[in-house]
Order: sequence, then C-alpha cells, then structure tokens
Amino acid sequence: MVYPDKAVMEGVAQATGMAEVKGRSLWSDAVTRYSRNRAAVIGLVVLIAIILFSLFGGFFAAWSNEEIDWGRMGNIAATGAPSFENGHYFGLDDLGRDMYARTVQGTRISILVGLVGSFVAVVVGTLYGAVSGYFGGRTDQIMMRTVDILMSIPFMFVLILLLVIFGRSIGMLFVGIGLISWLDMSRIVRGQTLTIKNKEFVEAAIATGVKPMRIVLRHIVPNLLGIVVVYATLLIPGLIITESFISFLGLGVQEPSTSLGALISKGASQMQYGVIWQLGFPLFFFLVTLFAFFFVGDGLRDALDPKDR
Amino acid sequence: MSPILSVQDLQVTFDVRRPGSWPWTPPRKLHAVGSVSFDLAPGECLGVVGESGSGKSTLARAIVGTVPSSGGKILWEGQDLAAMDSTKRRTHRRDVQMIFQDPLAALNPRMPVGEIIAEPLITHEPNTPRAEVKKRVAALMERVGLLPNLINRYPHEFSGGQCQRIGIARALILKPKLVICDEPVSALDVSVQAQVVNLLMELQRDMGLSMIFIAHDLSVVKHISDKIVVMYLGRVMEQADARALTTVPEHPYTQALISSVPIPDPRREKARKRPVLEGELPSPLSPPSGCVFRTRCPKAQPSCAGDRPAMIDLGSGHRVACPYHEAQQVLAAAI
Repeated sequence: MVYPDKAVMEGVAQATGMAEVKGRSLWSDAVTRYSRNRAAVIGLVVLIAIILFSLFGGFFAAWSNEEIDWGRMGNIAATGAPSFENGHYFGLDDLGRDMYARTVQGTRISILVGLVGSFVAVVVGTLYGAVSGYFGGRTDQIMMRTVDILMSIPFMFVLILLLVIFGRSIGMLFVGIGLISWLDMSRIVRGQTLTIKNKEFVEAAIATGVKPMRIVLRHIVPNLLGIVVVYATLLIPGLIITESFISFLGLGVQEPSTSLGALISKGASQMQYGVIWQLGFPLFFFLVTLFAFFFVGDGLRDALDPKDR
Repeated sequence: MSPILSVQDLQVTFDVRRPGSWPWTPPRKLHAVGSVSFDLAPGECLGVVGESGSGKSTLARAIVGTVPSSGGKILWEGQDLAAMDSTKRRTHRRDVQMIFQDPLAALNPRMPVGEIIAEPLITHEPNTPRAEVKKRVAALMERVGLLPNLINRYPHEFSGGQCQRIGIARALILKPKLVICDEPVSALDVSVQAQVVNLLMELQRDMGLSMIFIAHDLSVVKHISDKIVVMYLGRVMEQADARALTTVPEHPYTQALISSVPIPDPRREKARKRPVLEGELPSPLSPPSGCVFRTRCPKAQPSCAGDRPAMIDLGSGHRVACPYHEAQQVLAAAI
C-alpha cells in the first residue's frame, strides 16, 4: 500500500476546504494553566489594583502631596490620625502633609523602579546571554568573564558613589539599578541557551542556512522567554527592596519626591511619637506589593514550566 | 551520469578535552568518521547502516556542513564544499536538506507548523509574497498527507508520525536535490514507519530526489536504498548494491547485522543458526589497531591487528574492507 492512499487523499481534499484550525500555542496553554492557579490569579488582581492605585489614586485624594495642613501641623499625634472627615484618609506625616497622597506617590516610584530595572534586565540580559551562549567559544568566554568582573564589584558601594558624585536623583538610581540588574539574567539566559542550541530544531535551522542572529531571535529567544518572564517577575520585588534600602539610608529619591522605602524610613523614625500610621500604611503597601509580585512570579513559573512542579 | 555528490576519503575528527584539563594540553582526537568514500547519482538513494556510535549521523552532518570535515573532500556537483565561497555555500544549503531522527525535537515548539515549514523558503527567497508562501506550504502539507487547515497548529498538537511529515515538508519546500534522512523512522512505531518510508520513496520518485537514508535497521534501509554503505566505528566495512549486500554479504560485520534481523516466521526463525555479535562497540577515542572490527569479529586472525585492511574491490561496485571476506549466502527471505 502506498500511503497516502486514495481514501485518505479524498479525505484530505475534502478537508482542504475546511476553515483553518486555530492552534493552541504553548503561551495560550500557559494562560489556561495560570488562570487555574487561584493564588496566582489573586496575586495578579491585587497587583493590578495596586498599580491602578499608584496611577489614579491621586484623583481621590482630598489633599495634594505638597500641601501642608497648617492647622494640624503642630499637633499631629493628636489631630493627624487617619480620618475621612478631614480628608486625610491615611493621616498626616510629620510635616503635616497628606499620607494618602504621599503613599500613592511612593508606591508609583517604587513600582517604577522595579519595572524599569527588570525591563533593562530582560532586554539587555536576554540578548547578551543568548548571544554569548549561542556563539560560544571565545565570544562566550570574553562576554561571561566581563559579567564576572562586573559582578565582583561591590554593587552597593558603586551605587552609593554614583549617587554621591552625580547627585542624588531618581534618574541616577535607575541607571545604577539598571547597570546591575541584567547580570544575573544574562547568566541564567546563557545557561538555558546552551541547552536549547543543541536541540535539533536549531540544527535544522543551521542546516537550512538561517543566519545566526536570526536563529538567536527566532529560535532561541522565544524558547527562553518562559524562564525570562519568571525571573523578571521575581526580580522586581528584589529591586523594590534594593531601592527601599537605599532610600532608607537616605541616598535614594529626594524630597519632595518619595518612595515606599523613604516613607517607611520616615515612619520608623517617628514611631515613638504615637504616629504609627506614618509607618503602617507605606509598610502595608510595600508588603502587599512584594507578596503580589512573588505570587505572580510563582504562578508564572508553574504555568510556563509544568514539568518542574 | 556524473554524481551529484561525491565523498572522497572523508574524515571527521573531534577534539575531546578531559574535563578540568589545562588549556595547553593537546586534546585527544576522536575519529568519528575515517575515510569514507562514495558517489551518489541524481535520483539515487544511498543507505547507511551501522549500530549506534558508528558515525552515521556525523557523516550526514559533515555533508550538510554543520560539522567541519578534517580531511578528504566532499564534492557537490563537482565542487569542493570546503573551497566554496559563502554565496555558493548558500545555494548548497538550499539544495541539501535534512530530515531528523526525533520528529518533535526537530520542530521549534514556539512556532506554528506553517512557519516551520515555510522557514527555508523565507530564508532563501525572502521576497516571496506571504500569500504565495502560504499557498506553497498548504500544497506541500497536502502532499505529505497533512490537512492544510492545521497550518496554525503547534508541533505539540501533532503525533510523532505527523511531526515527521512536517519535517519532511520543511525539507522539501525548496525542492532540494538531495535529502539526507538521519534515522527518520527510528523514533516511530512500526506501522507509522512503513507509512513514512513509503511516503519518502514516493516523494523521491516523483521529485527525482537523491537521498541518503541513515538507519540502524537493515530491513528498512534495504527497502528504500539502491546502494548501501555499512559502517562500523566510523569506518566503512562494506559497500555494494542493496541487493548484492543483503543477499551475498561479504564482510563478517554485515553478515552479523543481517543475521540479527528477525524472520517473521517462527519456525524458520527457530531453525536458523545466527552468529550473535558479542561485546560492546569499542571507544572511538581508542579504536582497536588494524581492523576496528577485529575485537568482535568471529573470523579475526592475528594479522588483523596489524595494518588497517584496505578496501577490496569485488567488481560492480561491491567493495569490502576485509581480506578474509567470504560470501555467505543468506536466506533471501531473511530481510
């Protein structure tokens, strides 16, 4: 029998007229799997709520983040507690500014730091690692030793120097965090690339004559994205913590701008005067944001890598 | 007819470094392929058999050009592959396509099959309009027995046999002159194997393809090939017409290979005396001196350890690398 035989060919001819079937990519499978993970979905909802809060929360504030409530300024411990009547939903800070508006502002900056840092990590780290791993040999050696050298520099020290020399600004903070965040990513990506580049579909592409850079972008990177997405999501809270730590030291964002770390630092120093809301609200948003990111990251890992569960 | 592909004394050597060795210590040489020669005429199918680790796949990769050869020549339409400039090399890549062993691993899991099949076309004819690409992909999918409306599906939604058909479609979209099949059916179950082999034969006949068909199963190779090369530890043991090689094998290794194919008749199978090869394939890092097969050869003589046995021409293209060769009539029904 010669396959495909006549009956099969007729079936094929019949089916040729049918509409194209939509394929289910690994991504759409992952979305299904993610949506079945309750903790991850809740994490995502909370995260979206916090991002919306940081973007649009300002519209609901009765006071702007710069106004000082002169009438209550002298006696914050007694009159500056959270209340809906006077419009200070989260109370007042030590200078008589509205804590609600300040928390919105701080959350926005903190999430921005995390997103920018991990965006740099994803773009630079993925390309750097994929190129290094795919081309291998001497290219790989030089590129990876460079990463080793950059990694061995005490990062906090350099960041502090940067902030001291070039002035303490949010832009400088982004530069500093962007400089280091891609190092780990590039290593992880390189390791993955080494396993992917020995797969037969890459060999098939080489044998066909696909150009190396195109192989990296079309065959290697899409297969890396799973691990990249997971690592990027788990990197964001780390960066938020780093920024908070630097702000806590007093080197990060400067007044009148603020971040969750700076607010927590202020709140902690005022704690003893009975103004616990100055610490409580920023700390609450800080923790909830981190938890949400961790849950989302875990959910993504389970969804994208079902074998490793 | 002048051969489309002529392989002359091809050698492929890999450098093997012991883990943790110094960068300046010379690496050990692994001779994956040593002095293989054959000619392939247009429209002809060459079978390559041998057990695992005999260098069959490396030979294929050297011809495709993904592994550099370290000696000998590969002449593609009379031109040396190593001396080609990049444009000629590109046309060579276009004319030689490959089908892989593991059907699923050979397809990018993140690409829909339409894109996978179209990739060679887009690579070599980037200006083809999209509608034209789609039309050709659909036509080819139909040709290899896949429903063209599955064009947007992903590889993991297909069975092994279907994946292999996708791989075949990808290899054929540029209408190549030579298709190298690296154990295309070993990962499939027997009924699907027959379908895929028959499809390949049919396509070869219709499109006038030359083919190199690699397998460790002699019965499959005999079914599809015109000529057969038997390899062991990177060396050619025997090469001949498919018919001659399977009916009157000269080399003890070929005889052992043929006797290992079961006869689908229990009574005759029981009555048959079969010399079974003992031992393992020696390490290619330290192959035996002289004849590489002598450690497992039932006819080994002391002199086999001396020089590497030369290829003896028995006429009509039958060549054997054993001075003690002796035709052994095998049951015609054996394979």
